[in-house]
Amino acid sequence: MALSVAVTKKLERGFALSAEFTSSGRLTALFGRSGAGKTTLVNLIAGLLRPDSGRIAIDDLVLFDKAAGIDLPASRRRIGYVFQEDRLFPHMSVRSNLLYGRHLTPVDRQWGSLDQVVDLLGIGHLLKRRPAALSGGEKQRVAIGRALLASPRLLLMDEPLASLDQQRKEEILPYIERLRDEMQLPIVYVSHAIEEIARIADTIVVLGKGNVVAVGPVGEILARADLRPYTGQAEASAVLTARVAAQDERAGITTLDHPAGRLTVAHVPVPVEAVVRFRIRARDVALAVGYPGLISIRNRLAGTITAIHDIEPPGVEVHLDVGGEHLVAAITRDATHALELTVGQPVTALVKSAALDRFSFAAEPSPQARQPA
Amino acid sequence: MFAALTDAEWTAIWLSLRISLVATFLAVPFALLFAFLLARGRFPGRAVLDGLVHLPLVMPPVVTGYLLLLAFGRKGPIGGFLESAFGIVLAFRWTGAALAAAVMGMPLMVRAMRLSLEAVDRRLESAAETLGAGRLMVLASITLPLMLPGILAGLVLCFARALGEFGATITFVGNIPGETQTIPTAIYTDIQIPGGDEAALRLTAIAVLIAFAALLLSEMLARRVSRRMLG
Repeated sequence: MALSVAVTKKLERGFALSAEFTSSGRLTALFGRSGAGKTTLVNLIAGLLRPDSGRIAIDDLVLFDKAAGIDLPASRRRIGYVFQEDRLFPHMSVRSNLLYGRHLTPVDRQWGSLDQVVDLLGIGHLLKRRPAALSGGEKQRVAIGRALLASPRLLLMDEPLASLDQQRKEEILPYIERLRDEMQLPIVYVSHAIEEIARIADTIVVLGKGNVVAVGPVGEILARADLRPYTGQAEASAVLTARVAAQDERAGITTLDHPAGRLTVAHVPVPVEAVVRFRIRARDVALAVGYPGLISIRNRLAGTITAIHDIEPPGVEVHLDVGGEHLVAAITRDATHALELTVGQPVTALVKSAALDRFSFAAEPSPQARQPA
Repeated sequence: MFAALTDAEWTAIWLSLRISLVATFLAVPFALLFAFLLARGRFPGRAVLDGLVHLPLVMPPVVTGYLLLLAFGRKGPIGGFLESAFGIVLAFRWTGAALAAAVMGMPLMVRAMRLSLEAVDRRLESAAETLGAGRLMVLASITLPLMLPGILAGLVLCFARALGEFGATITFVGNIPGETQTIPTAIYTDIQIPGGDEAALRLTAIAVLIAFAALLLSEMLARRVSRRMLG
């Protein structure tokens, strides 16, 4: 699936959105600070707001084209929308909420079944309840299920976890990963939480004040120093992918194989051979020239320096290519001089195991995309 | 006590109930329309419409009744047209009494419906749209059900107001036993004649009973609706 958007929209408060991007990502993250226009942009895609000009299309299907006079109403776009708040219908049972959109979808367009969705989201025990009797996390899962049962061709999620605490977030994120991987449903995911995005996105669209400032793969965008003001990150980070080589549950250790070296981290509950991704903050990476001697840091990745950027003194960011992926190290300027670091130089990146927290691990989006019928 | 009611009194009671029910259901579609226009409409003259709808609430009922007589009387512009085109006569008929009661009860109904409509979360309506619901479907499955408590309250208020209607009714359709004499106008007649106090009291008791029953019924329905929401 390829989503292409090129729209302008003036809002009442003097805010003007002018956004253009295309993404064929499995999970495209719309990322930016609050007020950047993320929600406005998804509302335009959903058809809840009408652009002043431009064009929105999914593959060959034109949803909106000002010049051609096309404006498909929201009810006929078949775009699922999971809102920041659950927006469940208070006068209906959970079951009726789930089936609301299904009754309105032509039979030949339907995919998935109530049982399948209920299983996927673990909401079987809630079917007879009213939304008022659900917890925040349960409501959001029902809202996701309701959107799915309308058999959408694309799912929009506008900060679906924003109103939930950390525990609930961790409870729901795996379900979103399952949608992406098992249901093969293209997702546009709005968030301003870098951890969420590093974990589940494959493509990132960065929004500044009403315009797109960058589009690209997650690892590349998060590492870019020039996007720091828009991403709101205090520091750079990188996203690496690796294969699980071994599990030692007794010792509480998982060993990962990365093309640039072997990593040992605290136990991550995934099967051997699974491919996982994780985020490494620049400040947790140290650099060594040559092979380091006896030190406690055992995670060593061989890399080549691709760029050195000055950041706030006394720091610099050293960007590395590690086995084809992008890694960033934040070190002092003095250190760069002492080690005489230059672009093109081979170095060893050292990462403390403790820096890789469990939350930063996630299953990598499986590569072959199959469209839902 | 009921055995003691005279035939004329029974007639007045049934007529009152019939007029009030017809008036209430006559008012519903108009009240809904006005509620939607006033709560959601963006058009010039909205304030004027708002004022016109509420006018019967603040004008002396006799004035409303007289205006109805001028417009819907057999020589009035609308009344004359209705009679020549459809043979419908409203003045001094029970149908006219229903019209007068509907006009008097409508502002209360509009108010209740409009308040409940304004309380409907429009974000729920857009959620329904993204699930494939067109405008009519959204209205039927989301907006109206969520307005239900307000609609019920409007029905009861209008019915009660219609039941108590006196001034506009007596001005527009008079006080004709068997045709336009309702409980209030019958009580009025009773207390005009010497020794009519007892009859007036009987009708008063009936009026209290009916009003109380309507109130209980609406309370029951409202409770059932709110229970449905809270599951």
